[in-house]
Amino acid sequence: MSADKQHSLLSIRNVGKHFGGLHVLQDVSFEVPAGSIYGLIGPNGAGKTTVFNLITGLLAPSSGSIEFKGESLVGQQPHQITRKGIARTFQNIRIFKEMDLLENVMVGMHDHLRYGPAALLFNTGACKAAEKRARERALELLSWVGLDHKADMLADNLSYGDQRKLEFARALATEPKLLLLDEPVAGMNPSEKTVLMEEINNIRNRGYGVFMIEHDMRFVMGLCDRIAVLNFGRIIAEGSPDEVRNNPEVIEAYLGKEEAA
Amino acid sequence: MEWFNDFWSTYSTLVFSVGVHILLALSIWLTLSCGLLSLANAAFMGIGAYVAALLTLHLEWSFGTVLLAGGVAPAAVALIIGAPVLRLSGVYLAMATLAFGEVVRITVLNLEITGGPEGLNGIPLSTEAWHIALILAVTVYGLARLRRSKVGRAFEAIKEDEIAARLMGIDVDRYKLLAFSLGAFIAGIAGALNAHFTFFISPREYGFENAVDILTMAVLGGFSNLIGPMLGATILTLLPELLRSLHDFRSLVNGAVLVLVVLFLPKGIWEPRRIRAWVQRFKGGRA
Amino acid sequence: MLEQQLLNALTLGSVYALFALGFTLVFGVLAVINLSHGAVFMVGSYAALALVTHFNAPLWMAMCGAMLASGILGLLVDMLVLKPLRAREAPHLIPMIATIGVGIMLTSAAQGLFGAEVLRFPEETLPAGEFVIGDVHVRALEIAIVMIAFVLMALLFTILKYTQLGRALRAIAESPKAASLLGINVEGLFHVTSFAAAALGGIAGVLIGLNFNAITPYMGQPMLHKGIAVIILGGMGDIRGALIGGLFLGFAEVISKAYLSSQMGDAVAFGLLFLILLVRPSGLFGRKLERKA
Repeated sequence: MSADKQHSLLSIRNVGKHFGGLHVLQDVSFEVPAGSIYGLIGPNGAGKTTVFNLITGLLAPSSGSIEFKGESLVGQQPHQITRKGIARTFQNIRIFKEMDLLENVMVGMHDHLRYGPAALLFNTGACKAAEKRARERALELLSWVGLDHKADMLADNLSYGDQRKLEFARALATEPKLLLLDEPVAGMNPSEKTVLMEEINNIRNRGYGVFMIEHDMRFVMGLCDRIAVLNFGRIIAEGSPDEVRNNPEVIEAYLGKEEAA
Repeated sequence: MEWFNDFWSTYSTLVFSVGVHILLALSIWLTLSCGLLSLANAAFMGIGAYVAALLTLHLEWSFGTVLLAGGVAPAAVALIIGAPVLRLSGVYLAMATLAFGEVVRITVLNLEITGGPEGLNGIPLSTEAWHIALILAVTVYGLARLRRSKVGRAFEAIKEDEIAARLMGIDVDRYKLLAFSLGAFIAGIAGALNAHFTFFISPREYGFENAVDILTMAVLGGFSNLIGPMLGATILTLLPELLRSLHDFRSLVNGAVLVLVVLFLPKGIWEPRRIRAWVQRFKGGRA
Repeated sequence: MLEQQLLNALTLGSVYALFALGFTLVFGVLAVINLSHGAVFMVGSYAALALVTHFNAPLWMAMCGAMLASGILGLLVDMLVLKPLRAREAPHLIPMIATIGVGIMLTSAAQGLFGAEVLRFPEETLPAGEFVIGDVHVRALEIAIVMIAFVLMALLFTILKYTQLGRALRAIAESPKAASLLGINVEGLFHVTSFAAAALGGIAGVLIGLNFNAITPYMGQPMLHKGIAVIILGGMGDIRGALIGGLFLGFAEVISKAYLSSQMGDAVAFGLLFLILLVRPSGLFGRKLERKA
């Protein structure tokens, strides 16, 4: 199953981003195929999270194009991009702490709950049914990440690992075609990592595309179909885990960094 | 029934004030529930009061239409200024809405049609108890429905983390505008009701202090649900009556309440959620 | 006539700048919009009045006393109200709301203690004398006000620019966390800043009280609004901006009062302010600051 032959879900071409004179990304290009897991690795400060911020519309690229299913994302608002089918998690977890778990996930369904102001006000059958379906779906997603028994707990009271899982479920609630994960296993223990690895595989098998930033090499190498390596804002290698692992430039980027440190 | 008539003749204005203040507290609760600290609600109330009073005095519209217009006028103003103003956040938004409030107050002070500093006199006493009760009931019901819907969840999400909310597919700018102008609508109706039982209105009633009074009610009661602001408004309306003996020091109590609540009851006096969370933690600890 | 107006504008503008300097200093260093600054201003003028009328203090001593009294008040507000809020890392609107409460308390206390009526300094305590230069009548009092305001502002600028204390304060304004890692006593300097800012607010109150020779419990409110206008004009937290903004507001107000109606002068100021906030929240003269996304 070669990734190249698959239809490309997300395509990033010649993207550059600078803040004033500071070039964070230069000439970044790669394609994320549908139904695959794609990894973006690189040393700290290489500009990985900036790539996510550009894709999700939190930042605008200074140059280049970003296309999702053949449609340009440049100039679109974040909520519009989410509605097209891209969801993300954050490196520093951004769940809604003052809401319970169920509500957190239901916020993710915002755009899929379609009832008008009148239906809302008079609590019509359609409105009730939509809310009920959303609640059931939210519970289903929570049970999928193993948090359904805590559905009415305040998110603030969750452990760190559980917060990551909740953010995960909330991202899935937007019904994405592509899931962006920013360091999903940061701060997790080995057994939690194994579980998460299975879950991400599950997601791929359900037909989602997954695009992740990760520092944990074993996790990335074991899970991703393809990997791009970012260093000082440039892609220095791209290919299968084996190709990337044996790329001399990648080895130098990582080893060189360790020597300096 | 005689005791009731005695009570009513003495305290009806006070009871009316409680109702109007509850509406105002709910109006700021609504904008706060979307994470917006707006100090414009007193000005919106003023716009509602003046528009309603002028329509009654000059065009003799029916009371129902007047009330509606009293709500629609400030809501329209909120829609117009909202788009640019709501790009600001935090203290900048607070300052901008404060400046807007001053612009409104000073404009009303200088226009001929609003009666300048003397205000408007001889507004018919059309407001009856059931008007206030009905409008309150409808408002509370509507807000309760809103809270339990996707709109309420969107507000809460925006309040907690605007960026995360955007990435959930929520059109943050539109929902902020909705909260802002709906708040203006409720404040405007409160103003219209108020104008029709006080006989007389003047620009003095819609300045910075009044904006702060409204905010204090919500802060005291707590933002977490509708009961908080209602309780806060009731307490702060009745308190000065109970403290009549303090004369000039009366508003000292208002100030002290604001400081003490912020310091010691950051969630206001009515915060059931925390209590429930504690109970949950307690149960969890034993299990 | 224009020269006379310009002199009035300079007098008012320099006091506005002095008031706004304290206001903006607190925002810059503590990151708090201190809405009790107007009430502190009012307390300053009452303190000076009390010293003059009850203790027969000479005016200069009353001014020093007023600075000390309002400074201590500012220090108390910081220690009793703002410090606990810092300790629990309350979102920055919360301290602002708390200072509104402090302002109401002080205003109400002043009204209870001194009454709502206008109080005045006895005529004989005011510096007498008037010069005539061309058509312009210059009161000695006005010269004194402008000089005091500028001397204090120059002092503040010198301290901020050339002393270790000033460097530490600027470091805190950049990042309190980094400053404390550098070994700067951040809490201590928060107290110093609160004291100094309130002292400047207090002396501004005395100067305005003298200029119009009228003191009321409510004089702080309009001043607070002007202070807000000034620091928004100048850029919030920007010291130089507060000076320019203060003078600008003084001139704008006097000129629009002279050529428009007296009340509309205020509306022009606030309308302008409102517009500036929409177009340039970082202020007219302030550096463009990166707003957090």
